[in-house]
Amino acid sequence: MGVEDRIRLPVRTEVLGGAEAAFATTRLDQLLGWARKYSLFMYPFATACCGMEFMAMSAPKYDLARFGAEAPRFSPRQSDLLWVVGTISQRQAPVLQRIYGQMCEPKWVIAFGTCASTGGFYDNYATVPGIDRIIPVDVFIPGCPPRPEQALDALMLLMKRIADGSARGEPILANGQVV
Amino acid sequence: MEDADIREEELELPAEPMTLNLGPSHPAMHGTIRIVAKLDGEVVVSADVQPGYLHRGFDKMAERGTWSQVFPYTDRLNYVSPILNNVGYALAVEKLLGITVPERNQYIRVVLGEFSRITDHLTNLGAVAMDVGAMTPLLWLLKAREWIWEILEEVTGARLTHSYVRIGGLAFDLTDTFRDRALALLPRIAEELDRSLDLLLENRIFIDRLKGVGVLPAAEAISYGVTGPMLRASGVDHDLRKTAPYLVYDRIDFDVPVGEVGDNWDRFMVRAEEVRQSSRIIRQALDQMPPAGSPIDVLDTRVILPPKEDVYATIEGTINHFKLVMEGIRVPAGEAYGYTEACNGELGFGVVSDGTGTPYRVRARGPCFANLAALGRMVVGMMIPDLIPTFGLVNMIAGECDR
Amino acid sequence: MAQRILDRLKETFGAKILETSSPSGDEVAVVARDDWPAVARFLRDDPVCAMDMFIDLTCADYPDRRERLEVWLRLYSIGHRHRVCLKTRVSAEDPKVPSLYDLWRGIDWFEREAFDLFGVVFAGHPDLRRILLYEGFEGHPLRKDYAAEKTQPLVGYREVPPTKVPPFGTAEGMPWSRR
Repeated sequence: MGVEDRIRLPVRTEVLGGAEAAFATTRLDQLLGWARKYSLFMYPFATACCGMEFMAMSAPKYDLARFGAEAPRFSPRQSDLLWVVGTISQRQAPVLQRIYGQMCEPKWVIAFGTCASTGGFYDNYATVPGIDRIIPVDVFIPGCPPRPEQALDALMLLMKRIADGSARGEPILANGQVV
Repeated sequence: MEDADIREEELELPAEPMTLNLGPSHPAMHGTIRIVAKLDGEVVVSADVQPGYLHRGFDKMAERGTWSQVFPYTDRLNYVSPILNNVGYALAVEKLLGITVPERNQYIRVVLGEFSRITDHLTNLGAVAMDVGAMTPLLWLLKAREWIWEILEEVTGARLTHSYVRIGGLAFDLTDTFRDRALALLPRIAEELDRSLDLLLENRIFIDRLKGVGVLPAAEAISYGVTGPMLRASGVDHDLRKTAPYLVYDRIDFDVPVGEVGDNWDRFMVRAEEVRQSSRIIRQALDQMPPAGSPIDVLDTRVILPPKEDVYATIEGTINHFKLVMEGIRVPAGEAYGYTEACNGELGFGVVSDGTGTPYRVRARGPCFANLAALGRMVVGMMIPDLIPTFGLVNMIAGECDR
Repeated sequence: MAQRILDRLKETFGAKILETSSPSGDEVAVVARDDWPAVARFLRDDPVCAMDMFIDLTCADYPDRRERLEVWLRLYSIGHRHRVCLKTRVSAEDPKVPSLYDLWRGIDWFEREAFDLFGVVFAGHPDLRRILLYEGFEGHPLRKDYAAEKTQPLVGYREVPPTKVPPFGTAEGMPWSRR
């Protein structure tokens, strides 16, 4: 049985030889991207209301584990996906920036919810108007709070972009629209 | 392990007080909070609890829109039980306006509010179980919470941030299927809760971690302004639903669970019992509720938007709608303090009006802020690992604490 | 119901109780700043009042008045089940109010909050730090003359990628600034 039957290989991969002598050629970065996208270790930076939906997303019904991204690592040094869940206040901003700095490369950031993405309707002295003002962001999820389906969509989008190497480009919205 | 030659004191290594910083982003801290604890070995000598990492300027935002535009902000005060916050704010403004909502409306507010209370308590119980190492109850209780969110979504259109209550009314009436679904759901929630408690309550580890830990005597709790389940766990029979009944709570028969010593175990059990009492309240309220079709909004065009047919068909309706939306409800100048029993205690809204459509001042007295203030005192003399479930059972909701 | 508290205050303190009223059924008494601790202590210790429970302490800002900052203290009695609101007024130039730190334990944080957001200085409070905002924040945001949008970031903002534009211009959107 060839490898291609069991797992979907990264794009532009050729499987050479017969079924017994199966080996595959691919580009190293694509292989890495493909491997990385199924082993995301998350750091949940949950601050506010969105944290409730984040809990719901990890809980049985929506089950984040289906995507291989469920294992939370409560040290930023061991994680590569930073979920920024909820409003970031000005007082919290240095903390977030420091946590982002502590994560090892490669690392990705998802802004979960409107407050993390733009500051939301807390347009005042206390909040940061979008975390992309302080750290780079890969995917923004709109919604106040977003539904778990939306968050899963964002995760799948990020996985796709990790696989084809285009993450860390311009940030995009979870519904596929470039802002 | 007694050694005749060496005295106990000589074996102990000299230890200097150490400072341990927990948070503001810490896995065991459910909210965003920082605790700077001074330790002697593993014992907490003093703790400086620092809230404020989620201060979002609720008061300032409330002064910028109309009276009705405050509702979305109240949703996000205690985001685990938004309807209770909606109701608290609506009651405060209605007090200032001097209006009372129709009976069906009051029952709906009670039913949905109690469902909100259940979601809050389930989340808290599960989170505390997780704090002391039991993951399964959390998953089960979150599953039950998901069921409640489904029927709340059916009524209000949102899973979490409902903005369902209006000043003098409700956004819309209950759906036709709500009653049946709610009654069918209550036994399932009870079953899920009992299954989770079966795992915990006879578990030696769980009992040892909670019993006798974090004792808060009644006199101190009162002096701190601690309210809600935390105060009742300390043995004070004080529940605003009983002592100052609002809505229709005086027509409903329910018990107020009260603890004995005020330790973590009591707090846990009070919350678990309140889930059952909330189910009782919901059943009775659904029975007593006036039938569908009864009015839910006050008959007052100064407060309630006109029906859509009038808005599109008559000039008076159009103007009325325009005025209410653009200028807001004109609340007479004055002030009022409305207080309700939210899931963590007394949720007070102090509102001041200068006679315009915009609030002059909205003060939200979140119960968590006072409850959390007592934490610094409760953890003194305690081991570090005990700090975590104690903090968990304060049930600090950052949105309501820091506003 | 709680009218008897106001009567009791008036017969004990006479002219020192500047105003009493019962807006919407909540009893309110106003005292001068210098009588603030004495009246509060009386409310706590007098057996008729017995206000053993501290509920709330906050402020309101009335820039048109000479004594623009109004401090509200809400108390409750567990035994008698009545509540009262005690107020005092100070000017912005001399915003000093004697602290009630010794009377109720819970008042500690609430006085810090009122100091933080309104700039009322509670004389005698042993640890009057900012509580909700951060060290280095200038001004007091809940005063009416503090512009709501005025942020004081702790970290420098990044250059936002040029692909990200706000969904609507600054002049559009909600009519937020009504005043």
